[in-house]
Amino acid sequence: MFQEMKTKGRKLDGPKLINLESAESLSFKKQYIVFFAIMLLMMMVYLARLWYLQAICGQYYRYQSENNRIRVEDIEAPRGIIFDRNGVPIVENRPAYDLMLVREDVGDLDGTIKELARLCECDPADLFSIVEANKGSPRFIPIKLLSDMDRDCLARVEADLIRLPGVEIVIAPKREYNWDGTAAHLIGYLSQITEKEIKSGKYSGYYPGEDIGKIGVECAFEKYLHGVRGHRQVEVDAVGRRVRLLQEQPPVAGHDLWLTIDMDVQRTAESALAGKAGAIVAVDPDDGEVLAFASSPTFNQEKFIKGLSESDWTEMAKDPGHPLLNRVSGAAYPPGSTYKPLVALGALQCGAITPTTTFQCPGYLSFAGRQYHCWRKGGHGTISVERALMQSCDVFFYHTGLKMGVDRLAQYVKMFGLGAKTGIGLPGENPGLIPTSGWKKRATGVPWQMGETISISIGQGYDLVTPLQMAVAYGAIANGGKLWTPYVVNRVEGMAPGEVAGAGPRLKREIPIERSWFELVQKGLTEVVGEPGGTAHSLYDAAYPIAGKTGTAQVVGLGRGGHKAGENDKDDAWFVGYAPASDPKICVAAIVEHGGHGGSAAGPLVKQVIMAYLKGKHQSAKR
Amino acid sequence: MMDRRLIENFDWSVIWTMMAILCIGLLSIYSAVYPQIQARPTNNLFVKQIIWLVVGFAVMCGSLFINYQRLRALSPWLYGIIVFLLAAVLLVGKEVNGSKRWLEIAGFQFQPSEFVKVIIIIWLSGYFSSQEVSNFPNFRKLILPVGMVILPVLLVLAEPDLGSAIALAATAGSMILFVGVRWRYLAILILTIIPLLLPVWQRVLKPYQKQRVLILLSPDRDPLGAGYHIRQSKIAIGSGMLWGKGFLNGTQNKLRFLPEKQTDFIFSVWAEEWGFVGCAALILLFGLLIFLILRIAARSRDRFGSLIVVGVGGLIMWQALINIGMVLGLLPVVGITLPFVSYGGSSIIALCLAVGLAENVSMRRYVFQTH
Repeated sequence: MFQEMKTKGRKLDGPKLINLESAESLSFKKQYIVFFAIMLLMMMVYLARLWYLQAICGQYYRYQSENNRIRVEDIEAPRGIIFDRNGVPIVENRPAYDLMLVREDVGDLDGTIKELARLCECDPADLFSIVEANKGSPRFIPIKLLSDMDRDCLARVEADLIRLPGVEIVIAPKREYNWDGTAAHLIGYLSQITEKEIKSGKYSGYYPGEDIGKIGVECAFEKYLHGVRGHRQVEVDAVGRRVRLLQEQPPVAGHDLWLTIDMDVQRTAESALAGKAGAIVAVDPDDGEVLAFASSPTFNQEKFIKGLSESDWTEMAKDPGHPLLNRVSGAAYPPGSTYKPLVALGALQCGAITPTTTFQCPGYLSFAGRQYHCWRKGGHGTISVERALMQSCDVFFYHTGLKMGVDRLAQYVKMFGLGAKTGIGLPGENPGLIPTSGWKKRATGVPWQMGETISISIGQGYDLVTPLQMAVAYGAIANGGKLWTPYVVNRVEGMAPGEVAGAGPRLKREIPIERSWFELVQKGLTEVVGEPGGTAHSLYDAAYPIAGKTGTAQVVGLGRGGHKAGENDKDDAWFVGYAPASDPKICVAAIVEHGGHGGSAAGPLVKQVIMAYLKGKHQSAKR
Repeated sequence: MMDRRLIENFDWSVIWTMMAILCIGLLSIYSAVYPQIQARPTNNLFVKQIIWLVVGFAVMCGSLFINYQRLRALSPWLYGIIVFLLAAVLLVGKEVNGSKRWLEIAGFQFQPSEFVKVIIIIWLSGYFSSQEVSNFPNFRKLILPVGMVILPVLLVLAEPDLGSAIALAATAGSMILFVGVRWRYLAILILTIIPLLLPVWQRVLKPYQKQRVLILLSPDRDPLGAGYHIRQSKIAIGSGMLWGKGFLNGTQNKLRFLPEKQTDFIFSVWAEEWGFVGCAALILLFGLLIFLILRIAARSRDRFGSLIVVGVGGLIMWQALINIGMVLGLLPVVGITLPFVSYGGSSIIALCLAVGLAENVSMRRYVFQTH
């Protein structure tokens, strides 16, 4: 072709032609034909191809286009990790495998579910009920049939996945508890968000089925821990299998939380409480930092991950030990004799007594025709406030209380934070109760009786406090009058200090009581352990000088149900103390329900915790 | 200057054919960006395309007042400017999806790679119509034009914009072949290019470009990954069947399965909604347009004018062939627009300029000037 043109071209180059331009232009004639021929040929090829795609295969492609789908999948964000004050991870994340079902893609729903039940060795009725519960949601939205499958089950389903259209396994981060049940009430557990919670508007952007923190810091710091979910746009084929990843927006992990608690101290407190019902809470008297937060019996947070079964739930609810009850800040007890130092401080400040005021204790007080007994039948003889604290003389405080009157007593005691929430920021905090005459009239309609003042002056009767309140109040005694708001979170990773509400120290108030009265009461509390006649002298240890107060609170008639017969009438044992007595670093409150005498049942627990903390502090100082 | 003969020789048939194709383009873009139109009735790609068309027509009409003969002298300057702009793109261009194709001047973005095609056409026409260059030029006379083409091709390839580089090379190549290349040279060229292909394959092509070529050679290689575009495009086209799904009824298009649907894959949008009938009409319109443009070239008595118009026809033909071949799954997926149909300001203005050149030659076919 080109050869031909070449010869022709050469001919045209000849000098014979006059109008060179016109002739040369004419010389393109063959080229135009070739150009046009190529174009026509290509048009034919393209039309043939179009005919093939649209006419011959049209039906096939029409079907394909109708079954083409894009789905948006969520990628769960890993929650923030929870560390103790020294950076020991308490709660982390691990990958878990969830079994999902997309009903739209399932051919035979019945058969598929039965097959899944067989592979996972579970009851098909359970799976059917999950499907039933999700009846209202769109059919292309995956339903979670099983969460956190075990490895055997995962392997079996994975192997059969190809035969099970609409079934998929997704990986989601799950909580991993390095010490299952440790500090469970402080940390809390995760559970699926309820419909009510979604509707409350507090959890905007949450989806049904998503886990949220239910109690403890998991709940209180939910918005920091949760992170931001990611999305993945995938193309799926007609049976719902992922065909291609179109777009991905990765999730943003939640903020890590650094708690104030010391894992060693926490675990000491928990082992001290093992087998008992009660609570131990330790705070730093200098700033309100919570060092240990133990409530017993505890529960396994791990159990909630797989979703609590009906039977697990009833078992937990019916457990007479109430494992879910947060005994540190969510339960209130009569404080018993641990109340006395607060009464003494109020009485000294308001002038009801002086350091030298003495009362006669014959072992009882007769008032309005009734005898109010001292715990020591023989009595304490003539006694002043300092020794009354040391020996826990009830009669001394009966007189003191009567001299102050219920309302003045309440006024001073409330300065220590009793009768109100401490503001620790954990859900379900119990404010306790410090009665006044006005309160009684409002609550019961009956006026205040003088005899009741006698009961409340030794922390009985209507008085109710939480162990946390007592620890914080004793912290204020130890530091000479500063009442701190207790806190459990030191910092939230990635947030500036002060940016997070409820983290870091906050001074609630300076208690308006003279320094010298604090010193006097501190002396009395030091003698409780330090002097041979003190009610907790058995705790004496020159290396760990503890100051504190025992308490033995009668629980008769409180109606705390569910205890074993015969234990019902045993008293709650209290000990609240701080150490070292001269330079307090830790303040601990302990209660053992039905433990008996405070000095012997609760005191040793406090001592263990104090020793664990001071030893650890000593070691880290050496390091 | 504008005498009666100029207006008499204006070729309206080219304009009508082009308008018909433009209407198909507007319908397709309307459908492709329909969700956007609903969301923002006054600020969307459809409205923008209409603005570009108005600008394009204005530029075209304006260009008709300049006698194309003047371009012969201007072409080296134009060439210098466009090479400078192409180099500037590589240095200060705006990066979108990993390639630098846009230059921003005074708030306007444009793609020099669209305009370089027109300028190369003018320069080559000038060169091959000069006194000393005849048909079937000898080897020495081919070195300069080949080099002048290779430089901008390499610059465009570096952006990287494989589609524009191929369109440019194909247009320039067909012009050179049009003038005539001796068999000997073609044989030598093929023998030298083949050993060069290996290093180009290994060094120059990006992995995704290689992938696309490989997938074309064996579409089953990766039907879910990089073969996705071809597959989705074929589903869209095939599902249109004979009569199409109807305007705005394309599901592939609506569900956003089609990538780059308002630019490179606009043909699939048209094919899905208008079926074989619509596609055949579009292809025939392109054939008609190119035929009419070639008719202008053949009627011109001026070698320079003829070659310009041939270049314009070649440009439109190659772009259409490569684009449609790509969406039909016959050619590898390279980014290239479908002339007058795809969305894109630079593309539309450059094509209007090209058609304007053809009309310019048509109008002045009896006006002889000496140079």
